[in-house]
Amino acid sequence: MSEGPGSRAIAIRELVLFRLRLFYREPGTMFWTFGFPMAMSIVLGIAFRTQEPDRIPCAVVRNEASPRVEEILRRSPDLSSEVSEEGAAGVALRTGKVALVIVPGAPPAPHTYRYDATRPESRLARALVDDALQRGEGRADAFAARSELTTEVGSRYIDFLVPGLIGLGLMSTGFWGIGFSLAEMRTKRLLKRLVATPMRRSDFLLSFVVVRALLLLVELPPLLVFARLAFSVKVHGSYGALALIALVGGLTFAAMGLLLACRSDNPQMVSGMINIASFPMYLCSGVFFASSRFPDALQPAIRALPLTALVDGLRAVMVEGAGTAGVLRELGVMTCWGVGCFALAIRLFRWR
Amino acid sequence: MQAEAVRCRGLTKRYGEDTLAVDGLDLDVRRGECFGLLGPNGAGKTTTVEILEGLLEPSGGDVLVLGRRWDADERYLRDRIGLSLQQTYLPDKLTVSEILQLFRSFFSEGRGVEETIALVALEEKARARYETLSGGQRQRLAVACALVSDPELLFLDEPTTGLDPQSRRMLWDVVLAYKANGGSVVLTTHYMDEAERLCDRVGVMDHGKMIALGTPEVLIDSLGGRQIVELSLDEGADVDAASFLPIDGVHSARILHGRVTLTVEQLHVALPAVLSALDASGQKLTNLSTHRATLEDVFVNLTGRALRE
Repeated sequence: MSEGPGSRAIAIRELVLFRLRLFYREPGTMFWTFGFPMAMSIVLGIAFRTQEPDRIPCAVVRNEASPRVEEILRRSPDLSSEVSEEGAAGVALRTGKVALVIVPGAPPAPHTYRYDATRPESRLARALVDDALQRGEGRADAFAARSELTTEVGSRYIDFLVPGLIGLGLMSTGFWGIGFSLAEMRTKRLLKRLVATPMRRSDFLLSFVVVRALLLLVELPPLLVFARLAFSVKVHGSYGALALIALVGGLTFAAMGLLLACRSDNPQMVSGMINIASFPMYLCSGVFFASSRFPDALQPAIRALPLTALVDGLRAVMVEGAGTAGVLRELGVMTCWGVGCFALAIRLFRWR
Repeated sequence: MQAEAVRCRGLTKRYGEDTLAVDGLDLDVRRGECFGLLGPNGAGKTTTVEILEGLLEPSGGDVLVLGRRWDADERYLRDRIGLSLQQTYLPDKLTVSEILQLFRSFFSEGRGVEETIALVALEEKARARYETLSGGQRQRLAVACALVSDPELLFLDEPTTGLDPQSRRMLWDVVLAYKANGGSVVLTTHYMDEAERLCDRVGVMDHGKMIALGTPEVLIDSLGGRQIVELSLDEGADVDAASFLPIDGVHSARILHGRVTLTVEQLHVALPAVLSALDASGQKLTNLSTHRATLEDVFVNLTGRALRE
């Protein structure tokens, strides 16, 4: 490769500079890249901050036996109870204000617990209420267990959330940064104008890839530093493995962005397609809550999504301290998506 | 011997089943000449130029640019032609010199960015972002992007549409300077004054066909007279174009939108004769104007329609 004007190295350098200038001169992209993930982690970090466990609310239906039940439950440190009429108690249960309704039975009639067994909190309430009432009526414990309470850094919600937000950020910058700007270049006929020069098309596409990789270097560290300073979120595994996962993830979503915008010259259409592609991953890939909550039958599909792989990989490194060897499956899933989408995008790409 | 800048035979472009945008066009553009494609919107000018630029595939016919074919020698040709599209938005956030630097980097040879900026008189705007430029400055930058490679052949698709008169003249100067240095130009326009000012030869297109070809002078002479008289008569008057033909000095007569258009050789002979003829027949004039014949009149004469209808 010669160094004179017109050599490919110079053309690629100019194309890369062109993309970088558009990036840092556009205040909107700066916000979505840096401001949005930080704002999101502040808000969610506050909402889900570690605090004293709440007492579980229960309702006791008023009848002749209710004062006795109410008196026993009031002694429990885990429960808060109130006495109310039958109708009001039913409404409180349906609307989630209480986890359980107790209909006291006058001895020898038994107490009745009303609750929804699909609500974990309700099942917990049933166990706690039953335990408290049984003991209150004189049941003896077979033994007294000792409790050790811990709140370890690494097991908090914010530790779970930060890798998820980083993954989400990589997805949206890839989709929007590449997909949307390509569609705009096509609408404004800039793409057609570039193709009318001797510019090599592969250089043009390569510049997008190079710029994504360069931007990762500037977009990731501020988020990690911020999470560490604000919430003491640490990276337990190696930074090398983290950088590798972020790089593979960033390029995978860049390739998907390329595919989403490979034909359309209508930015609205492309933004619709980006939303359609993002939405399932936004919900299912475990950004905000563990994807293992979905039924087993869906798990293979969910685990095959690129964002699931990216978020799982980031979490494995940041939370569980895994190295590169521990995230090979995730790297593999992302690489398949990235290479497949890139190959398809090149075949389908409309240059005019 | 150098090949012609452009040579095409039987050029056809079909869109879908029943739209024939270009219909069997023959065209030669010589080296060092400025050739103008004229015609109303939808005549097929842009389609023709984009085929010559290698941006559209023709449906039929043979196209040679600088003696080569697009399918065999695309890189060779891309490196040697410069062009500006009918509409291009360059990136808003880049400056004039950054945009030219980008375009320059694609070509193996060319001129310096500063030299190119001077060529289109944008020195004061070299560090200004594209979004701050006026329409005329944007258009000059678009032409600068075409000139930065110092091309052998320049394509300009409606370079001055929508510009103010001063910006148009500045662009004309740029094109004339390029031509003076031996460059060949193909431009499309629907401004007849632009064609008369810039072009050595013009081809008039309508409905995908070339309906006239020649130097602007020859085409205007083909009208048979160099002066045009336009007159309107009282409403309701029954006018017959043929009734003007026997008048001394009138070469042709036609009626368009209720106005009578006469082509005459010598205004001082024909005009008094026309007026006295009208007087004799008792018809009352409501409007009268005269001008030197232009390519616009040539188009009206050929098609019976005005250019920008």
